[in-house]
Formats: sequence, structure tokens, C-alpha cells
Amino acid sequence: MGTTLSGLLTIATVVLVLAVAHVPLGDAMARVFTGERHLRVESAVYRLCGVSPSSEQRWSTYALSVAGFSAVSIVGLFALIRFQGSLPLARGAAMDTDTAVNTAVSFATNTNWQSYVGEVGASPVVQTLGLAVQNFVSAAVGLAIAVALIRGLTRNASTTLGNFWVDLTRSVVRILLPLAAIGAIVLLAGGVVQDLTAPEVVHGLSGVDQTVQSGLIASQEAIKELGTNGGGYLNANSAHPLENPNAVTNLVQVVLMLVIPFSLPRTYGVLVGDRRQGQAVLAFMATLWVAMLAVITWAETAAATGPLGAMEGKEVRFGVWGSTLFAHTTTATSTGAVNSLHESYSPLGGGGVLFNMMLGEVSPGGVGAGLYGALVVAILAVFVAGLMVGRTPEIVGKTVGRREITLVALVTVTTPALVLLGTGAALALGTARAGLLGTGPHGLTEMLYAFTSASNNNGSAFAGLTADQPYLNLTLAACMLLGRFVPILLILALAGSLAAQRRRPATDGAMPTHTPLFAGLMVGVAVLVTGLTFLPVLALGPLAEALS
Amino acid sequence: MNQLVALGTASFPDAVRKLNPQHLFRSPVMFVVWVGAVLSTVLAVLHPSVFAISVAVWLWLTVLFAGLAEAVAEGRGKAQADTLRRTRTTTTARRLLADGAVEQVAGADLRLDDRVVVEAGELIPGDGDVVEGMATVDESAITGESAPVVREAGGDRCAVTGGTTVLSDRIVVRITARPGETFIDRMIALVEGAARQKTPNEIALGVLLTVLTIIFLLAVATIPPFAGFTGDGPSVIVLVALLVCLIPTTIGALLSAIGIAGMDRLVQRNVLAMSGRAVEAAGDVSTLLLDKTGTITLGNRQASEIVPVGGAHATDVNRLAFLSSLADETPEGRSIVEWTRTQLGEYVVTPEGSTSVPFTAHTRMSGVDLADGTQVRKGAASAVRRWVADSGGTPSADLTEVVDGISAAGGTPLVVAVRDADGAGRTVGVIHLKDVVKPGMVERFAELRRMGIRTVMITGDNPLTAKAIAAEAGVDDYLAEATPEDKMRLIREEQSGGRLVAMTGDGTNDAPALAQADVGVAMNTGTSAAKEAGNMVDLDSDPTKLIDIVAIGKQLLITRGALTTFSIANDLAKYFAIIPAMFVGLYPGLDSLNVMRLGSPESAMLSAVIFNALIIVALIPLALRGVRYRPLRADQMLARNLLIYGAGGVVAPFIGIKLIDLLVSLLPGL
Repeated sequence: MGTTLSGLLTIATVVLVLAVAHVPLGDAMARVFTGERHLRVESAVYRLCGVSPSSEQRWSTYALSVAGFSAVSIVGLFALIRFQGSLPLARGAAMDTDTAVNTAVSFATNTNWQSYVGEVGASPVVQTLGLAVQNFVSAAVGLAIAVALIRGLTRNASTTLGNFWVDLTRSVVRILLPLAAIGAIVLLAGGVVQDLTAPEVVHGLSGVDQTVQSGLIASQEAIKELGTNGGGYLNANSAHPLENPNAVTNLVQVVLMLVIPFSLPRTYGVLVGDRRQGQAVLAFMATLWVAMLAVITWAETAAATGPLGAMEGKEVRFGVWGSTLFAHTTTATSTGAVNSLHESYSPLGGGGVLFNMMLGEVSPGGVGAGLYGALVVAILAVFVAGLMVGRTPEIVGKTVGRREITLVALVTVTTPALVLLGTGAALALGTARAGLLGTGPHGLTEMLYAFTSASNNNGSAFAGLTADQPYLNLTLAACMLLGRFVPILLILALAGSLAAQRRRPATDGAMPTHTPLFAGLMVGVAVLVTGLTFLPVLALGPLAEALS
Repeated sequence: MNQLVALGTASFPDAVRKLNPQHLFRSPVMFVVWVGAVLSTVLAVLHPSVFAISVAVWLWLTVLFAGLAEAVAEGRGKAQADTLRRTRTTTTARRLLADGAVEQVAGADLRLDDRVVVEAGELIPGDGDVVEGMATVDESAITGESAPVVREAGGDRCAVTGGTTVLSDRIVVRITARPGETFIDRMIALVEGAARQKTPNEIALGVLLTVLTIIFLLAVATIPPFAGFTGDGPSVIVLVALLVCLIPTTIGALLSAIGIAGMDRLVQRNVLAMSGRAVEAAGDVSTLLLDKTGTITLGNRQASEIVPVGGAHATDVNRLAFLSSLADETPEGRSIVEWTRTQLGEYVVTPEGSTSVPFTAHTRMSGVDLADGTQVRKGAASAVRRWVADSGGTPSADLTEVVDGISAAGGTPLVVAVRDADGAGRTVGVIHLKDVVKPGMVERFAELRRMGIRTVMITGDNPLTAKAIAAEAGVDDYLAEATPEDKMRLIREEQSGGRLVAMTGDGTNDAPALAQADVGVAMNTGTSAAKEAGNMVDLDSDPTKLIDIVAIGKQLLITRGALTTFSIANDLAKYFAIIPAMFVGLYPGLDSLNVMRLGSPESAMLSAVIFNALIIVALIPLALRGVRYRPLRADQMLARNLLIYGAGGVVAPFIGIKLIDLLVSLLPGL
């Protein structure tokens, strides 16, 4: 079978699985967030934490709960990392203070940027009780925010948005845990390891000894992809044979990354009582995903003309197609796991994965974050073009007025500001520049990639940049923190403001937000806003490299 | 167009005055351009070059053009304000004292609740209600309508406006507005734009434009460190040029002109909006409450058919109906004569020696007694029945059925009976009078429905009649036997469902509903209570105009949206002009992005700046006139406008910049 055919079949399989899975999963998630009953284990959690699951929260209380929970997560994870030496199974693993700060922020913000080396930075205890737990709850926070925004759109003249603790607990217990368990078993069957034996020393073919570490990898791998986290157990991440042994596990991982983000539009459609609304959002996400996959795959296969082809930095197990599918998906979903070296991609291929993140992680984006990001794009599109139908712009019956557009505009400006200012400052500073491997346009892309990845909570690394230095550890941590929580805060305020409105009935006079035209408009707005913001820097980075 | 050029020339001094930065603080986008212009001027003075000087000049022109757009829009209102101001000459009023004596005071000294006497030939000194007497008043100063109107104490036609002239008789007016706050004062402020406040959508759009400006500021400000990583970055003047091209100057420059022009379009149609908010709300309206009489139907009922009863011949019935109505001067009577005449052709002539019997409240019939003693009567069914019975006859058996049938269809039945000189009376037929829907209304309601607007007909008729007319006119719903309380309840219901409601009204009892409605259009003939309560006044007192008002509101919003989309879509081409030009020195390969094949880096950047300035001037007529509005479904309208202003906005600058570049390349030293 030719590589092109097998590549296309792999993509077709992914699309087919998602097409089948997104309906029941989307419906199930809608039920999770509307059900009245609490499971016994959930009630136990509520009692333990002393929260009343029936109390409704205003947006500010909801936001305060998110902030409180995340602060505790960061501090707790930081403490666990710093004290891992005194805990069992330490095996000498340790991190510097700034690296630990970076890591704690990184995992609590669903970014999973790793400036440490998995094998020597984090003990199995930290991996399993710290990082894996954050993999679950940080994804659950994303789901909770998405649901709160949907409630803002559906509730009629309401002051409340639901209860964060209930949304968080249900996301973990009813969605992430069961799916991660299934994912772990499948990966285990595919050959991913799961043990706690001591590291093994093996003699390499070149005669150099290598220490191969294993651990509770399969279980962590499943939620790593499912929760669009991306932090690898091992430094090589999904390029490592113990994390991602073959083409089948590669495909499973791609599906795991995509399944929740691509199902959430369905949940949205069901919850707003008009499935077509969800279909438009889905079409928007899918169009961008397919288009960018085509660009990146084309760039990489076209680059494969030299003696080495485009195989530098790619695993022969996956080939070009398996690598680009993974690289594209991981950057389009804010996962950030890697199975190939993005730095080695052709300028356009590397620029493509960079552009994926610059889009603001909406194609389909992270768990929860993708949906609320896409809804922000939808509101922006409604506002710009909606005036053209001669009505105050509205989305599913809620008016987009001054307050709403202010919040949406601020969300839109947050990550570009972090990326541009962060990269600009780092390039102007000698210490950060010293960490760059490349020079010229490629060096610029290395730095740009790091700040784009952190600010958009993706977490993938371009490599080439030695990021484990105090300046970059701390500025990137700041970008992750602000890139995650500033938009969340603004979106909760937006949800609160939308919920307080009366829902207007749908009429022919309102701009339809369920049509293919609208989905196309959303694509146009997302591409145009991203393009206009980043074109100068893309021209100096990937484009200059490609055209020279 | 010529008129516009003249207006533009006349407004030029105002435009220059608007270069004052204090004025520009209101528009952050134009303020950034102003700062850029100052900066580039300083740089052009320090390091003069053809390029630097050209950029500085065109940046100043950009700011100037924005001021020009606003000045032209304001200029149209100013002329109108001057006309109005002339009517507001100092008047003397004759104030009635408590003891009945009259004293002369200046119009400006009148206080609320003062009573003044106005006689024929005098100007009414202030807004008020007629409390005594009746007069004809010339209101042409405000409405432009030369036919005088009647104003009388009590009822719904008691309001008079200061500055209008009493033509006949004497009235006593109770003053209801303080000097300086009269209707004319407010009108002057409105058309001059002095009272203009930004509307909600305009503010929201302003926020978006500001944030876009911030994004582009960041994108441009971070270019030096990025470019500096490998070589020499672009010069400051180039960065300024790029920034000005990227920020949404087109819409930023035209935004306030669009708002002023929108209000002006209403004024052109003799509608005064008390706030811009109301104009925007008109675009958002999803329920229209329309009074039946005068708006949906012609004021009067008209004959639409005559049904023979008791075996009478149709021609005979028509002839009798014709005779019975000959002396009937009411519109209904006229319509019967007209209808039967067309049915009968020419052969009916007025019989000689007949005596007409006029309608009285007592008999509730009218008719004619012919020379041969035959009596013909027509009237309400019960009255005619009694007349027939009194003469010893019996109403025909099928009469009840026909009468009930017409009533059930929402019509008014008039029974025609005849009594020969010696015989008993007999009923011969029933005239079907019905409300006639104004021509074209059915289409308009269908149009409104396509725009997603629900129409509700308000009428005092019984439900049966109301239903029939509602069905015929094609309105979505009706409110029969409506009292002011019912109207109010209906508005509240619609609003609680999230709908915006518009209505017209003129009576004092309409005032609460007018105030409650999102768009309340008071008729100028109405009471001052109604005019106070509504947020618009229609000087022509034409309730059908509500539909036009909705269209103007929509047009205002569409114009803003279209120019915003156009403005942002333009940026793509500007990037393709400037980015390669800016970085081609660093990376010669980037020249392949120069898809327009522009002459030189300098000419490319200058062409983008020039295009950016000229497009403002080119779009001023569109901003003032508003984009063409056709009532379409929202999805059709979106597709159409996206194609014109979105796709057009992407393509137009590619062509424009290329053409300008061909000219600019000829500049020596560039």
C-alpha cells in the first residue's frame, strides 16, 4: 500500500470514528450537565469538600471558585514537586524552583509545557498523584467554563450560571474517568507500558549504554491525549516507543485528542435546543482542521525530495502522514504532545502548526476551551457581520451589546498580546536569546513558537530553544497563567451578562447562526483576525525561511 | 452628486477645524492617525525625502477627510436648523391673569401652566394645549404642510406648537413647555446634531474598533525586535504608515457621519427622533402594533356586494339601493352609489320629483320617496325590519341568513326595503359594507413577515369583524375591542418574550402605551401628552410611516456593519502591499509576496497610504445615503452584503492600490 493511500485511510478512519462517536458522546455530555441526580461518589466528594451541590453561583462566585481551585492546584503541585525527594520512588528526581513553578502552572493550566525532562524531573509519585491528577481536573475546568458559557446563552433573565464544583466533579467522574479508562485499556492492548519496575540499562547498537525508564504510562497517556494535556511521561513524549509504540496507538491517540473537542458542539446544540447551532460550530472547527491538515501534510510531503526526504525528526514507525496528522492534531487541540520534532518540519509545515495555535486553539481546540473559544469567534462574527442584516447583533436570542463585545474583544486581544510582547521582549533580551539554537528566521520561529504554545495553553515545543532557564521558565509560566485565566475570567463575565438577558425568540429577521454561510463566516473571521495580527511576524519567521 | 460636492466645499472650513486633537479624542482610531501624522511630520522635517514628505501629507489628509465626512453630514442638518431658527423670533405673549385681565409679556418669560390668549394672525408663543375655543392653525413652519389644521379645546386635537400661526378665531392656550425646551428648540438641537449621543450599537462598535487598533498597535510595535533579530528593522515612518493602513480608519472616519446621516434621513421624511437609541431600536423591532383605521384600511367602509333576498331581481335591488343612497352624503353612501352605478351601467337617472329622507338617529334609516309614492329605505337590519312590519309586510325568510352571513364575514349589512304607494313593505336585498384594506398593504405585511417582523392590528371592532379584516390584510394577529389597557398589556406581553415593540398613537390615552413601547411614534396632530410619551414624532401624522421608520433603522445598522466589514477586509491587500515592501531588504525572497507587482517598496507603501485616505472620500456618499436596503430575509441579506462588502472589500484595494502605484511610481525621487 502506498504511503499516500495508507495516510488517507488513516485520516478517513479518524474522521469516521469521530463522526460516529460525536453524537452519543455529545448527547451524553449534555445530560451530564443537566441531570438533577448526584451519584453517590459525587455526593461524597461534595460532603468532603463542604460544598452544597444544589446552590447556584453567580458568575463572580463561579469565577472565584475557579480561581481558588486553580490556585490550590498550582500551590499543591509545586509543593509536591519540591518535596518529591522525601517521598517514595523518588529515584533522584528533582526540579529547580523556577522549573517547578513553570511545571506547576503548566499542568494546572492544561498547557503541559515541559521545561523539565520527564525521566529525571518527576518521580512516579509526582507523575501519577500530581501531573495525572491535574491532567484530569485542568481539563474538567475547561469543560466547566464551556458549560457555564452555554448556560449564559440558554438561561433567561438569570443571575446564576450553575455550580462550579458540581460541573467540575461531574466532568471528572462521568466524562473523563470512564473515557480515560477505556483509552488506557486500548493503549495497553496496543503495547503501551504500565509498570513500576526500576529503570533498565540497555546496550545500544552504537555501543552506548542507555537507561530506559518505564512507569504508569498507559493510564497517564490516555488522559494526556483525552484531556488535551500533552505532557509526556517520558521526555520524548509520543515519539517514545513506550508511550506510542506503533501506527495503531498513534491513531488511537489522535482520536483521543479529538473526541471531546469535536463532540462538544453537539452538546452545545442540544443544550441551546437547536442542534443546527452545534453543527455550524462543528463545521467551523472541522473546516479549519481539514484545511490546515492538508496544508501541513502537503508541505511535509512536498519537502520529501532530498535524500533524507522529510524524515529528519520523524519516527519511521509513523512516516510523514502519521507524523503530520499527529503534529497537526496536537497543535489544533491545545494538546501539545508530540510524536515528531516540529523544528525539523519544513518552514511551511512548521509555520502551519504554529498557525494552528495562533488561531487561538479553536480547531477544535482544547477540552472545553475549544468550544468557548469558538463561541467567542461566533460572537465576534455575529457582531461584525450581524449589523449587516439591520438588527442589533444577537446569537441564539441573546443580544451582543456593548458589554458583551467589550469582553469578547478583550478575550481576542489577550493571547496575541502575550505572544507578541513575550516574544518581542525575549528576543530583545540576551539571556533568552542565548537559549536559541537557530539563527535568522528559524531562530525567530523557535522563540515565537515557545510563546505561542505557552500563551495558547498548547504546550508543544518546537525544540531548539533551551527553555529551562529562569527567565524563560518564569515568563512562559506568566504567559500560561494569563493566557488561561484572563480569558476564563472574561468569558465567565460574558456568560453572566448573557444569562441576565431575556432570550429573544428566533425570527426571520435575526441573523441565522446555523447556516453553512455562518460557519464560513466564522472561518473567515478567525483566519482574518489571526492573519492580520501575526502576518508581520510570520513573514519574518516561517515565510522568510520558506522563501529564501 | 454635484450637491454633495458643493456641500463638501462648504464644509471644508469645518473639516479643518476638526483637525484639533481635542475633537479626535472621541474617536480613538482617528486619534492614532493624528499622532501618526504628527510623528511623520517631525520625521519628514528631520530627514526630508520625497517618501517621508508624501506619507506625512497623506496622513494629514486622512485625518482631514474624516473631519470632512462628519462636517458634510452635519452641514445638511445645519441648513434645516437655520430655517427653523427663523421661526423662533422673539414673540410677545398675552398672558391671562387670574382676574381675567391680560398682560403683555415676552415669550421667553412664559412659565408652565401660564394661560395665553392667541388670536387670528398671531404666532403661538409656546407649546401648549388649547383649553378654550377652536382655531385653524398654520403649522407649515414645522411640518412644511401648507394646509391649515383645526385645533380645539378638549379631545385629542388640543396640542399646539410654539412658532405656528393662528389663522382664524381666538384660543386660550395653557403653556406646557418651558422656554428653551419647546418642540422647535428640540428640533433645532436634533437636526444640528448638537443633541446627538452615540447609540448603543455605535458605542459597541467603537469598543471593537478600539480593541482592533490595540491589536494592530501591538503587531506593529513588536516588528522592530523581530526584524532586529536578523538585521536592520524598518524605519519609524514605515511603521507609522503600516499602522495607519491596518487600523480600521475607513469605518473610524465615517462612523459618526453614518449616525448623523441616519437621523437626517428621518428628518427628511418629517420624522423627529428624540434619541438615536430609538432609531436603532426601530431596526430591531420585531412586533408592530398598527391601528386598523387609517393605517391598514381606508378610513371608511365601502359597498362590496349586494345580495338580493325574497326572490328579488339583482338589477332591481341594485337600482333601489342606488336610489336609496343618492341623497346619502356619507362615504358609505357614496360608495354604494358608485358601486351600483358600475353594476347598472348608464341607464339609471335621478328620478324627478323625489324627496330624500335623511338619516336620523331615531329612524336609523335613510332613503327616498319617489314621485309615484314609492318609498325606498336602507338601514340597519333591525330598523328596516321594524319599518317593513309597521307597514304590514313581513321581511323575507332568507333575510336573517344573509344578514348573519355578512356579519360573520366581518362586514356590515345594510338592508334595502321598498314599499309601493299602496302596498306593504318588503325587503329586497342586503348591501355588504366592508372595510377596504389600503392598496399595497398585503404586500407590505408579507414583506415585514419576511423581515421577521410580526404585525398586530389594533381595532375597536368586534372580534368577528377584526378577524375578517386581519385575514384579508394579512396581518399576523389582531387585538379586537381594544382598550388602552389591552394595548398596554399586549406590549408588556410581547416585551416579556424579548421582543421589541413599535406603535403609533395620538390620543392622551395612548400615552402610557407609547411610553412603554420601544419605539413610540406620536402623531404631530396628537396631544402633547402623546408627543411627550413617544420617542419619535411624525410631523405628517401618517401612521403608515412606521414601516419606513423600521427600514431607516435597519439601513443605519446595515451601513455601519457593511463599512466595518469593508474596512477590515481591506487590510488583507494592504498587508500584501506593505509587508513585502517592508522586509524585502532583509529577505529578498519575500518579494514573491508582492503579488500586485508594485513598483518599488516606497511606492508600494505610499500607494497603500493613499488608497487608505482616498477610500474615505469615496465612501462619504455611501455613508450619507446609507447602503441600499431591500426587505429580504436575514440570511439572504447577509449573503448579499457579505458578497458586496466582504468579498468586495478584499478585492477592491488590490485593484485600487495597483492603480495608485502606477501613478505614484512616476514621482521623481521615489
